[in-house]
Parts: sequence; C-alpha cells; structure tokens
Amino acid sequence: MTRNETVDVLIIGSGASGAAVAWSLAETRMNILCLEQGDWTKPTDFPANGRDWEARRYGDFAISPNERARVTDYPVNDADSPMKVANFNGVGGGTIFYTAHFPRLHPSDFRVRSLDGVASDWPIDYWALEPFFAENDRMMGVSGLAGDPGVPARDPPMPPIPLGRTGAAYARAMNRLGWHWWPSDTTVATTEYDGRAACINLGHCTPGCAQGAKASTDITYWPRALRAGVKLRPRCRVREITLNEHGMAAGAIYYDADGAECFQPAEMVILAANGIGTPRLLLNSASARFPDGLANSSGLVGRNLMLHPWPQVSGYVAETVDGGRGPMTCLWSKQFYETDPARDFVRGYTLQFARGAGPVAEAVDSLAAGRLPWGKGHHRAFRALLDHRLRIGIACEDLPEEHNRVTLDPVLTDSNGIPAAKIHYRIGENTRRMMAHGIARATEIMEAAGASQIGVSPTLNSPGHLLGTARMGTDPERSVVNPWGRCHDVRNLFIVDGSIWVTSGGVNPTSTIQALALYIADQIKRRLATLFDPE
Amino acid sequence: METSQDSGLSAPDINVLRRLAGVLIPPDAALAMPGADDPEILADLLATLGRDRARVRAALAALRAAGFDAAAPAEAEALALSWMATGGPEAGTLGRVILQCYYRDPRVLRALGQDPRPPFPRGHVLEQGDWSLLDPVRARAPFWRDDRAGAA
Repeated sequence: MTRNETVDVLIIGSGASGAAVAWSLAETRMNILCLEQGDWTKPTDFPANGRDWEARRYGDFAISPNERARVTDYPVNDADSPMKVANFNGVGGGTIFYTAHFPRLHPSDFRVRSLDGVASDWPIDYWALEPFFAENDRMMGVSGLAGDPGVPARDPPMPPIPLGRTGAAYARAMNRLGWHWWPSDTTVATTEYDGRAACINLGHCTPGCAQGAKASTDITYWPRALRAGVKLRPRCRVREITLNEHGMAAGAIYYDADGAECFQPAEMVILAANGIGTPRLLLNSASARFPDGLANSSGLVGRNLMLHPWPQVSGYVAETVDGGRGPMTCLWSKQFYETDPARDFVRGYTLQFARGAGPVAEAVDSLAAGRLPWGKGHHRAFRALLDHRLRIGIACEDLPEEHNRVTLDPVLTDSNGIPAAKIHYRIGENTRRMMAHGIARATEIMEAAGASQIGVSPTLNSPGHLLGTARMGTDPERSVVNPWGRCHDVRNLFIVDGSIWVTSGGVNPTSTIQALALYIADQIKRRLATLFDPE
Repeated sequence: METSQDSGLSAPDINVLRRLAGVLIPPDAALAMPGADDPEILADLLATLGRDRARVRAALAALRAAGFDAAAPAEAEALALSWMATGGPEAGTLGRVILQCYYRDPRVLRALGQDPRPPFPRGHVLEQGDWSLLDPVRARAPFWRDDRAGAA
C-alpha cells in the first residue's frame, strides 16, 4: 500500500460542505487535502450542450446514482424505501445536481422539542448560524428579494429570477386565496457575479448548468480554496478511516483512479460525504475498538435518516406558460410552514412552485401519470400539456425516527469492492398527515389558477435529501458529534455534512448544510490550541 | 438507415420496433407530425439505445412472443396498447426511448412551436412578469416564529 505524506487536515468529499470547510480553513495555512471519489465536470460535459439534453437525465446525468451508474458512483440499495436517493459524486457533489433552490431552515426548526414537543432541539440555534448563512450567500452568489414576511430578514446580493408567465399564474392564484408567496432565494446568477454571467435561461438547471450561472462549489468555493493552497485529489475513493494506538483518527485508506490502495495519514479528518456516504464510511471503518462502526458508541450512526417526502401536484392551464424555458423553481410559500395547533400534525412544509418541463420530460411524466395516451389521441393530448403545466412541490418536514436508517448491504458493493449502503425507510404518520394537507392546499391553488387535469405525482423518487444519520448533540449517548461537529468518540474526527442534522425542516438543505460547515470551520479555528482536548 | 448490426438488435426486432413505434405515435398530417416509425426517428432511436439496449431487446422479444409482429393491424394496436400498460420496466424503458427520440426530431419540435436546438448556448427569453402582484404580500406582517426570548 502506498503511504502518502501526512497532512494536517484531510477532508473526505468535495461537495456543498467539504468545499465550504476547505475554503474557510485555508486561512489557517494548515496543509489541507480533500479526497473526492468523482471527477471534475467540464461545462461541455453537461447535457444542455447537445440535442440529447433531455434523454441524458435518464442515463449518465440521472439524479439517482443507481440509474446513473458511473464508475465514480456507488450504488445504494433503496429497495426497502418508498423514497429513492439523489446525489452526485464529483467535485461539487450535490451542488452540481441541485435545483439551486436556496431556502434556509427557520429559527423554529432548531427548537422543535421546546416549541412543538417533538423530536429534539438542536444544540445550536438559527442565530448562531446567521452570519454564516450571510457569508455563504455571498460565496455562492444568491439571488432573491429582501422583505419576505415568511422568513427572518436576509439580504440576497442579486435580484430574484424573473416571475415569468408561470410565476405570474401562481401569484394571481395565491393572491386570490390570500396566501403567502415570495420569489425564491436561488443560487442562479441574475446579474454578473464573481465571474459568472447572468442566467440566459437554459431551463435545465438540475443536471448541471452548462453556462455556469448556477452556483456549484466547483466554480465558487473550490477555485478560491485551491488558490489559497488547499489540495484536491479527484478519483480517490475512501474505503475506511483508521485509528492510531491512542484511539485517534490516523488517516484514511483509499483507492486511486487505477484502483491502487493508498494510505493518507492526517492529523485530523473531516467527513463531508453526505447523509448516506458518511455513515457508510463510518460503518465500513469498524475496528476492535469500535466493532459497530467508527464513532458509534451511541449506536446512532446511520439512524434517524430523513429524506424529505415531497409530493408534487401538477395542473394544466389554458394559457401558454414558461414550460422548460427558465430556472425550474421560481417561488416559495411559507403559508403552512409553522406549526398550527388546529391541524392534525405538527411542524409544516414549504410549497415550492416550479415551471414546466421540456418536450421529452413532459411526455414521459404525462405518460406515467396517465395524462398522455399512446395511439391516435397522442398528438392532440400532448398539445394541451406542453408549455401549459404548473407544478407545486410540497417540501415536508421529515421527523427523525431511529428505525429509518442506513446499514451496510451484505452483498452489494461499489466498483472497488467496498460494501454499499442500504437504506431502510418508512414515511411517518405525522408526515403522512402533512403530505395530505399539502396536497389538498396545492390542489386548491391549482383550482384558483384555473388549472385542469390536476393530479398528484405517482412517485416520491425525488429529491431524496440525505439528512440526520450522525446527529449532533451534547449527550454522547444520544448523538454522534458535539455541537461543533467533533465526534464524541474520536476527538480529531469531524463531520460537517447533512448527517449531523437533528431535524430536517421543510426546505432544501444546501444553504443550511453550508452555513453549518462554515460555523464548524469557524469553531475549529477558534479552538485550534485545544481542539483535541477532552470535552 | 441503421442496420441491425449497428444497433445490436436483430432484423426481426427492428421490424417489431418500427411497427410498434408507428402504432404508439402514428403520423398526423393535419398537425404536420410524423409518426415515430419515420425512418429518421427510427434511425436515431437505433443509434442511441446505449445502456437501454438490453431492456429494449427484452421488450421486443416479449412483444414477438405475444404475437405482435404477425397480428392484423387492429389486433396489433390493441395488443401494443395493452402490453405497454402492463409490460413493467421493459415497457417503460421502451416507451421512454421512443419518446426521447421522437420529441427531439426537428420536424416534431417545429410543429410544436419549439426551437429545434439544445438550450446552450442561446438560452431563452424569460419575461420579468408583473411584480406588482407581490404588493399584498409585502404588506403582511412577519409571521415566522421567532424563538428568541420574549419573541416566541
């Protein structure tokens, strides 16, 4: 096995959180290395460059690693879950493949036990993260509009993406109902920003932005981190984290692009491999000291998996709207976000308003939903669908339940023979009631918009956010990491990704994941002299 | 025209595929829509099967086994529609590959009023819309829950 030179900080994963923590720690002048199992993605690689731009979403740019099945992907056995997993394995990680919707958790999300009597409070609050939300907004480049009465004050550095025809149709419907709506915060550039040009509306944001208007960490954090001296080594897949004789992390064993086994020693290790990749790696790092998986004396590594059930309601209006020509998500509503004692569930959800789809996606979706027939009626039916679609996503808070978990599959492996993750997941009763409430409200909105052919998406295959599997807390028996991301069991091992979330909120998680990573990096910098001291 | 060798499908498979595509998406002269069995669309489909090849081959084998290739036109249509509804993942994959090639054909896109080109580099124009619609929402008082002492 090749043994590399020791680094001060080894970061595993280069996505939303790994990039942020790398950039923040760079100012310490420590010797920092990031290992990433995937590749860099060139602008010319993205589907929007070619005439097969829609077809590739079902192939090498599918949101599911199981469908994408690149050599750089690892499989996830999701047969025991009604929801499927979304991720991307490459420099930038999930930010390559997200919709760029950029809401933050709300203050109440950190206080669910105190306010609503469910789950657990976080050991930190919104206000501790607030300066890091703002810093992250500047680094990623956020477009939006200040003054939203549904969320705490914030000041997006760019104006919002256009309403368009689709947004105006939603806005009129919401005003008729008297319900809150607001232009979404997104990381789509609407003006020139830090080397990115304003969005030209490719309308195909999720599987990567060929123009580079959408912020992903390969074009935001990483160029700055690399210039500051951080090293990033792609095509290096970590198999396990090893311990030294003192019970501290010694480094990581990984396979390089040629499949050669290497050992990377490090003074400290930071995991940024997402809510499935991180517990998978910890469970694969079992040892005599930690027979149930590294840093798992609590037994909570892999447990409390939260995936954000996200039903979608579609309807079709008579007027021509934006279709697939523009950023997918344009508005949000916080009308039903906070707990209302009059409802039969606690917590709440964001309504997320989307534009339509391109011709292929419209046809495939509508065929699956039973709106589009084969045969003689096909053409006339399709004309009433394409560019007439409204689509509302219901981003439901998913409460933590220990039986929802990540384990290691006894058979399935990745291309290096490393055991794959298996997820076991059921949608909880509170969430089911929340979903039903959201579907009913979204249906009312569609009716207020004058839509017909209103239907609920038959699948829950997206977005599959990956949260909660190595939760933070003050009690080592009830949490995996402490309030500043350090593992209770291994004092030079940190986790900064969505694994450490205590609850999920009802929003896309990337903004909060990154703010949390910046917060932990700041804590590390403040505590350098005593970083590995006992708690 | 794509040959059976290029696509990895046998000549009988290609014949079934051609017939099926024409049944599922027939031409409509009034709307200027070609059928999915159009030679150019079929050639595109055969040339780009890629990772879907095995499932498509399995689907076509199942259709042949059901007698689709030898059925009379009316019977073939009924059989095709029935099988596409009940054929599982193979039918789903076969339907998708037909749709993804049909709806990128330049003639089809023009007939639908779409520009037959990839999104990049020209992009699209997205109108700003009427931001005065936001005025009643701007007038609302903040309603998020403030968890700070004295504010909750």
